Amino acid sequence: MTDIAPLVSHGAADPVFGGTTAQFLRRRALWNRLAGYVLALAALASVLVTVGIVYVLISESAAFFRQVSLFDFLTDTEWTPMFENAHFGVMTLVSATLTVAGIALAVAIPAGLGLAIYLSEYAGSGVRETVKPFLELLEGVPTVVYGFFALLLVTPMLQSFMPELSGFNMLAPGLVMGIMILPYTASVSEDAMRSVPMGLREAGYALGYSRFRVALQVVVPAALSGITAAFILGMSRAVGETMVVAIAAGQNPNYGFNPMEGAATITAYIVQMAMGDLPHGSIAYQSVFAVGIVLFLITLLFNLVGFYLRRRFREEY
Amino acid sequence: MNAANNCKTLEQIVSANKRIDVVMASLGILVLMVASAMLIGVFVDLLTSGWPRLISSEFYTNFPSRHPEKAGILSAMTGTSLVMLVTAVVAIPLGVAAGLYLEEYAPRNWLTDIIEINVSNLAGVPSIIYGLLALGLFVHTFALGETILTAGLVLALLILPVIIVSTREAVRGIPRDLREAAYGLGADKWQAVRMYVLPAARPGILTGVIVGLARAIGEAAPVITIGALTFIAFLPPSPIQAEAPFINFEWLSSPFTVMPIQLFNWVSRPQAEFHINAAATGVVLMAMTLAMNALAIYIRLRLRRHDR
Repeated sequence: MTDIAPLVSHGAADPVFGGTTAQFLRRRALWNRLAGYVLALAALASVLVTVGIVYVLISESAAFFRQVSLFDFLTDTEWTPMFENAHFGVMTLVSATLTVAGIALAVAIPAGLGLAIYLSEYAGSGVRETVKPFLELLEGVPTVVYGFFALLLVTPMLQSFMPELSGFNMLAPGLVMGIMILPYTASVSEDAMRSVPMGLREAGYALGYSRFRVALQVVVPAALSGITAAFILGMSRAVGETMVVAIAAGQNPNYGFNPMEGAATITAYIVQMAMGDLPHGSIAYQSVFAVGIVLFLITLLFNLVGFYLRRRFREEY
Repeated sequence: MNAANNCKTLEQIVSANKRIDVVMASLGILVLMVASAMLIGVFVDLLTSGWPRLISSEFYTNFPSRHPEKAGILSAMTGTSLVMLVTAVVAIPLGVAAGLYLEEYAPRNWLTDIIEINVSNLAGVPSIIYGLLALGLFVHTFALGETILTAGLVLALLILPVIIVSTREAVRGIPRDLREAAYGLGADKWQAVRMYVLPAARPGILTGVIVGLARAIGEAAPVITIGALTFIAFLPPSPIQAEAPFINFEWLSSPFTVMPIQLFNWVSRPQAEFHINAAATGVVLMAMTLAMNALAIYIRLRLRRHDR
């Protein structure tokens, strides 16, 4: 494993170990304390990232909310930041975001649950050991590539039997995103199901339950909070996913939930604004941060609920 | 048992249950096949549509261009390499140090709780929010501009949680005996950590670093948000030069483009000829990230075999 390194070396040139024993011990204690401080600083730096995010989002959008009332922001159903008579109804972007994420979940929940049940209750350990790395590979595909796939392959394929589907639509990115978050949701819910104690399953078998009934009526209910956590965290990913929707769902802010039409999600709007050269300090520039806050809060809510459910589930067993 | 089951013989019940088992197993395999078909489908589709560009050497040595058949990914590949250099230099020491602190040094108090909750929450923040952080803070407040340095920093922050978590897991997996042996030899805490724990945890940390960098290579959203230009027909100044001091840091403040942005730029154009370039870029990008992820999985599997 590890090579045994000498703790005290006898070279006078060594900055740490040279000198008398007393000097060496003093220097060593100093290094020890210093190392502790430096490592602690690094850990605190990660807190600074969160502080930075919250600070930037709040300070930049404060100026925005001085010009647009929070009431209009939440109730207006038009999003036209570049027009003369600008409207800032964030629900326009939220509706598209939720539509795409909803389609993604409609794919990922049944498929993810089915795959998790299969892996945890049916598959042998050999299959599991092969499938899990494969799922990780699937998770590693860059999201721009999925966007390309949704726009240039899935949309034309769907159009061949759904002629009324527009070139930019929410259906294709939603479906692709569903498969994109599938590895994550499947592996988190499989972990939850596998940590259900064997005794519960054996109790089921002792009552004469079939394997299917044990899976559905014993394991799934017992792991329910873990499985719910998997899908809530998956939802959070779908809401925050950017490139697939920016490429394949179009950039037209439409209020509505029709998956056949294209519409700009929160993330797609941010990308669209960033692509154009936004003058620093303009209302359009500030609106990017205002929708950023909405996105941050939605994903934060999902993440907190997901982490809470997952932790509670872990405590149970 | 309900009345209908009572009428059946035991054998019928058992065989009916077995049938359900077969159906369930095939459903699971079906989902797996759809997922694999997707992965293979994406790759094959990119490969076949990007093939004419992939086999042309000009694609790798040319700059982007208005003429799709002359456009190449030279500036994107250079940009990606330089941005990854910054990301690795920033994220690896910071992430490993933070992970070591949380696992080895942190006292159990409210501050540690805050850091831990913070790290797990950061892992769930959408990447585009990091882009907004960089746009507001790095580009405007710190006036770093839309440069390689800004992009490298934002991607480093993005993958920081990945590296912290994998460092913690790797360090947690080191048996207590090793630390106690080190203490028994007279090591103090820092010596035990630096000379024994860290080297033993190196493969586990490496896995996290590779997965994190693979993610950073494929990320487009935060880099687009800082307003990175998409048409870059020049290379940043070289980091290495012929005269002393042989390295310079001018490249850090140079504008740039990276592979995912180049892909996004080409796929967003209406002309189908540019989509061929996008597909070819996708192949290169996917090959890079898949190879890195496969390497990480391989290291982990070998590590696990080693432990047994």
